[in-house]
Formats: sequence, structure tokens, C-alpha cells
Amino acid sequence: MKYSNEPMLDMFIFETTQLIEQLETAILSSEKSNCYTQAAINEIFRIMHTIKGCSAMMLLDDISSLAHAIEDLFYFLREEKPQNVDCCTLSDLVLEGVDFVKVEMEKIKNGDAADGKAYSLIDNIKAFLAVLKHSNTSGAPADTKEHNSEKWHKNCVSREAAPPSAAINFFKAVIFFEEGCEMENIRAFEVVHNLKGIADEVYHIPENITDNSKSSEIIQREGFKLYITTHYPYEQLYELLMRTVLLKKLELTEAESRDDIPALSQAAHEMCARVSEDGSPGKGGNGQREADYAEAQHVSIHNSIISVNVNKLDRLMDRIGEMVIAEAMVVQNPDLKGMQMDNFQKAAWQLNKIVGEIQDMVMSIRMVPLADTFNKMHRIVRDMCRKLDKEVELEITGEETEVDKNIIEHISDPLMHLIRNSIDHGIEPPEERKAAGKPHSGRIALEARNAGSDVLIIVKDDGRGLNRERILTKARENDLLLKPEDDMSDREIFSLIFLAGFSTKDGVSEYSGRGVGLDVVTKNIEKVGGSVQVDSVMGRGTSITMKIPLTLAIIDGMNIQVGSARYTIPIISIMQSFRPAENDIITDPDGNEMVMLRGCCYPVLRLHEHFNVRTEITEFTKGIFIMVESEHKVLCIFADELLGQQQVVIKALPAYIRSSGKTRGLAGCTLLGDGSISLIVDIAGLAGLSEPG
Amino acid sequence: MSNTVENVMEMEEDTQKGRFLTFSLDRESFGIEIKYVTEIIGIQTITEIPELPEYVKGIINLRGKIIPVMDVRLRFKKQSREYNDRTCVIVVDINDISIGLIVDSVSEVLAIPEQDIVEPPKMNKGLSNRYIKMIAKVGNDVKLLLDCEKLLTGDELEDLGKVL
Repeated sequence: MKYSNEPMLDMFIFETTQLIEQLETAILSSEKSNCYTQAAINEIFRIMHTIKGCSAMMLLDDISSLAHAIEDLFYFLREEKPQNVDCCTLSDLVLEGVDFVKVEMEKIKNGDAADGKAYSLIDNIKAFLAVLKHSNTSGAPADTKEHNSEKWHKNCVSREAAPPSAAINFFKAVIFFEEGCEMENIRAFEVVHNLKGIADEVYHIPENITDNSKSSEIIQREGFKLYITTHYPYEQLYELLMRTVLLKKLELTEAESRDDIPALSQAAHEMCARVSEDGSPGKGGNGQREADYAEAQHVSIHNSIISVNVNKLDRLMDRIGEMVIAEAMVVQNPDLKGMQMDNFQKAAWQLNKIVGEIQDMVMSIRMVPLADTFNKMHRIVRDMCRKLDKEVELEITGEETEVDKNIIEHISDPLMHLIRNSIDHGIEPPEERKAAGKPHSGRIALEARNAGSDVLIIVKDDGRGLNRERILTKARENDLLLKPEDDMSDREIFSLIFLAGFSTKDGVSEYSGRGVGLDVVTKNIEKVGGSVQVDSVMGRGTSITMKIPLTLAIIDGMNIQVGSARYTIPIISIMQSFRPAENDIITDPDGNEMVMLRGCCYPVLRLHEHFNVRTEITEFTKGIFIMVESEHKVLCIFADELLGQQQVVIKALPAYIRSSGKTRGLAGCTLLGDGSISLIVDIAGLAGLSEPG
Repeated sequence: MSNTVENVMEMEEDTQKGRFLTFSLDRESFGIEIKYVTEIIGIQTITEIPELPEYVKGIINLRGKIIPVMDVRLRFKKQSREYNDRTCVIVVDINDISIGLIVDSVSEVLAIPEQDIVEPPKMNKGLSNRYIKMIAKVGNDVKLLLDCEKLLTGDELEDLGKVL
């Protein structure tokens, strides 16, 4: 994070970027449900308030006044709860604001002055607020109609604003009393008693507060949970609850419907006590989600997260590596040889276990779930749908899949291009879809899952699919065909779309047509050692699969010995190892050695010759062959012996050595348990070398 | 404010200025500016890397950091010598590249006043002393002060070009 030398500015940028991301998610999810819930409004308000404060402190007046304008808007929404708010325009306005802040942040990161002007944006927001205020004060049904006639997309902003007959609010409250205040159950009872005045229904956990002495403990530990339905608004309830004697903490969240209550009844089936009148829990749609949302918010406060510079983690990992080596040096110290030391061994095992655990933990720290990257796609889908007049639903699964931090950075761009491509080319306009008998809105499924040491990220749409003929024609025109057409499989043909300069689109649009996008996909994915695959059925859709290694930093390796040197071969590329019979080895007139295995002939590479290592074992029958594969090329590597399998941490060779440019066949190096260095063999490089020419 | 920062920087610079770590190879004594030196370690197990110039002996594991090591004897086209207890690796940091220099032994850190440092004499052959930046007189001894950057960058191709 080399944004600036000033730690304050760094902190500001980091915080604001995070806030902006939160804000975006809140807006998008609200937009999707077509309703700004009280919780969402509160959150947006809070975020804007923070941004305003921070940016004012950093003397970024434009950002701060923009944030101020949005804050005003949401303050109005929160306090006045206007009935008819045009959600779409509201989202648009706030998102525009978000974009503005993003651009400014980018400028600051690059060390430029944040000189963007937000006047027009602020004016728009103010105008919108004025309209809102106006319609709210008049508040007459006539006004509503007028709005309807304008075909405003109408949504109620909060549930309190619903017609008075249905104005029942659902709340969930958790009350914690001061520690050591004693008689928690009695105090809880008092709360319930007080609530009777304003609440229609009250459920609480624990159920039996007056008779059961254990409930005191529960309240002490988990808080006193209340589920309340009332005609009164949030503020009044909050005030009432705040008046509770010896109150330590109150969490009052609003639920949208009764659904919260069944959720409760599931969790605490028989614990539900009914204080006032009967009322069977009804069913609703959003309540559950809202409750979950509130819950998630609540949890996130407790799981406090800090952000750490990746460099620090790298260094930490180095140190851990050292520790492992130091441990081995102590435990396997030659001075200890032959001594009988039970206690020492016990202690050594303990140390070994702890060190191993620490190592795992450090690795897991570097792993980041894909959720953030995936969620960014919502925004892209939304914006593109608006612009292109298409309807697309983005479905995300497996976003909890974790990938190394370094790799995540490389996925974001390709993913964006794939999604854009799917919306632009894949998904048809609504009329066309209807004609083809497909559902009105298109679907893009974004999926991630683990497959061995790889992660698969799949982007699948139900659009029109790839047109084989058109791709071929285009490829012919641009002279991109490397093989005779008849020899190409569907997959190979589809892969043509990833070539630079390939676009079946005739015109260049804002989103695609230049033939750059998908080229970026392959480039980026290959950079992290992954691959891309396309499957498509005409008229049914396309599915693009990116295969990415879980981590760049660790591989499963097989250590081998050649002379005094040790090498590591990635397990993924090993097919088998074997000792050949003497007559299986063939030498051609040029002196190229080959080995025959199960009727196939494979080239042999003597590692000791290739790496110029002195070794006793030069006869094929004394050493071992390791058959490796890379991109369909098979090669048999001859080494002295196998040492065993180990997870190794890949380290790059020093820059000084890399710059000499003579490291072909080496992918890096790693530290073995005893502190010595093993060189990692680059199978792709070696396989390339064995190719004739 | 910025002024004081600069002053502090200068002060720090000053404590290192004119100080040299001296080491010996054969009979000669060399000096290396102390600002380049990060640490001195004993000789370690070296992992060889194929296809590198002879003087780059390979890589070592310096507490989890992998750094290349260069045999200064070979670099200066001297006879190589078996490594022993006194053999040292001077870890230097030159333009963000860490590298270990294998030397016969490390002597001491000397403060050499500026007036005792002179330009090396111009040789007719031209290329013989290109690693030597300056020559310092310390008492009766002469210390050859190395040009660290040249140590890394002076590449073999250049040599070959002149030989041919």
C-alpha cells in the first residue's frame, strides 16, 4: 500500500474505500428488493456521515459536501419516512456519488490532487430532496396519483409509512444489564411489564423469567431478547427501553414482518411466552432476510477485522519458515544423538505441533474469500442492464471459497470482462428471449468451487450461445486460424474468442467490440498459472470455466535427489515414477535417449546432465524415472532417487540470478525442513526444451 | 519541519560516511562502504544453480530469505581457495539487491578521512581496476575501495567483447 508517505492519508483512503464498498452493497441490495429498509437507510446515513467527517478532516471539500448532501437526503428519509420515494432515482443518485468518491480516491492514491467538482451532483441530490420534501409535506393522495401518472417507480421507504391500518412494526431487542446488577430476571420482568403499555405482543427469551432462577444467568450471559410488535415507531420504543434501570447495552433492530417471530420459534421452540393477546405468526417475505441482515451487521461488529499489509504477512511467513528450521535444528541436533531423553522428546513434539499450527494459520490468513470480488459484479450487471435495456439476474454461489490474496487481484479483471461479455453478447434482449421461449430476464450464474488444489470459477449464462460458424468466419478473415478447420474441436474453436483482436461484433460499443476484453482474461489467468475453458450450446447459453491454483505460495512437491543437490517437482505434473527394465531404453542415432513404457515411447531427460550436477548414478537401472506432463507433453526425468512428498513454500529465485536469464528449467526454490534449499523444477520449461528444435 | 527531517537524514548519513568495512583476499586488503553492508555471516551451505557464471556460487538461505552468493576471489579472477572457519559472507544490499560476498576474512570497520583517499592510478590496460573506485591509505597499508555497483553489473559479455 504505497499510496502516500502520510499514514493518515493511507488510513483515510483505506477506510473510505471500505466504506464505499459497504455503501455500494447496501444500495444494490436495497435496490434489488425495491425498498430501502430502515436498517439500510441507517447504514447509508452512518457511512455518509463518516465519510463526510473524514474527508472534511483531510480537506477534501468536494467529497465532504457531497457526502453531506447525501447524508441530508438520508436524514430526511430516516426522520420523515416519506411514503413514495423513487427508489431508482435514489439509487442512481447515491451510486453516482459513490462513483465520484471512487474517482477521487483513485486520484489521491496516484498522488494527484483530488480536483473533481461535485457541484452538479450535489445540486441533483438537493433537487431530489426538495421534490421529496414537497411531496411529503403535501402528503395528499392526489400527490401520489400525480406521481403515478409520471410512471415513477414507487416504493415505500419504510414500513412505518405503510397505511395506518397495517401499521404494525416488528422489533427485535436485546438488552444487556450492567454486570453485577443482580436479579436480572426481575429487571427483565419490569421491562416486559413496561412494554405492555405500548406493545401489542411481546415474546421473550428466556421464557420463564419470574419463576426460574436460571434465567438470570442466561440474561446475564446472552442478554434478554425481546420480540415486540407494536403500533408505535422505533423511536418511542427505543426511548422506552432506554429508560430501563441499570441498562448496559440495548440493541434494537426493526424487522419487516412477523417472519422474525417464526424464526424465533424455531430457535427456541417452547421458550416463547405470550404476554399479551394471541396472534398466530404470519408469513412474509423479507422479514427473515432483514433479520439476517441485522444479525450479520451485529456479528460483524463483534468479529472485528483489521487489515494488514501483505508484505507484513510475507515477512511473517518467512519468519515462520525460519522457526521451522530452527526447530529442526534444535530437535535433530547432532549433539543429542544417542541420548535417551523422554521428556525432551515430549517437549519437542509439543513444539512441533505448535509450529505446524502456526504455519497453517499464517497460510490461512493469506486466504481471502471470493465474496468481495463476486459482489462487485452486481454493480456491473446493474449498470449494463440499464444501459443495454436488458434484464439480467446475477446468481452467485460458492462466494465463500477462499483463494490466496495474490491470486484474487488477478481474477477481478477477467471476471468483469466475462460478465460484460455475457451480458453484451450472450443474453438476448427481452423480446428475443420471449420469442425463443426463454424466461423474460436472463440469468448469469457465477460459481466458485474447490477442485483439488485448484479453484474453479464458472461464469454461465443462458443466452444465445456461441455461433461456431461466425467465429470461424471471423477467424478466417483475421487470419487467426492456426490449424485446418476440420481438425478443430468445438472447444478449440470457442477458445478462439480469447485471442487478441477477435470480436464477432461489427460495431464498437461502450462495452465491447474491440476484441480486447477476453484477451485480458486469458492473459491474467495464465499469469497466475490457471487456464480458461469454454463450453457453449447454440441458443442455450455459454459457460466459461476458469481454473486457478488455490495459492501461488504453496505447492505439493516431490523432492528428489540428484548427486548432492535436491530438487522439487510439483506433484500436479507427476504422472508416475518407475524403474525401467534395461531393454526398455532406446537410444537413437543422434544420441537421444528414450524409454518405452506400455507401448509408448517417451523422451528422457537426465537431470544431472541438464543441471550439470556430479552424481554417481548415471545408469538408468540404478536411478529412477519420473514421468511428468505439461500441456500434453510427456517427459521422463531421470534422477537418483525420490526423497518424499512435502508441501513446499515457493520462493522466487533472487532477482540477481533471475536477471542473468539463465534459469530455464527452474521455477523457483524452496526451503526444506532442515534449512537447506531445494530448487523447484519448471516442468513446462523442461518439456519445452525436450521438443525438437 | 521538513528542515529538521533533512538535518536528521544528514546526521544519519554522516555516521556512516567515510566508514569502510575492510576484508582481505590473498594479501590485498579491500574496503567496502559501510552503508551497503547489512551483516556478516559465516559460510553456509550453498545450493548451486546451473548455468551461472563461475563466480556466482549459488544461493543460500539467510533466515528464510534466499540470496545469491558471489565468490569475490573468482570475481577478481584469483585462484579459488577452500572455504574454512575464517571464510565470511558479507551480505550487502546494493540498489535493493541483496547479495552475499564470499571473502577470506573480514578485518575491521575503519573510518578513513577523505584526504587519505585518492583516485586509483590510470592503467594503460584500462580494464584492470574497474572494480576499484578509490584507494585509501591507512597507516602503512593500502586499502582498495570497491565500487559495489560495478561488482554486480559488470557483466561477462563486456569482457568477452574486449577479448575477441
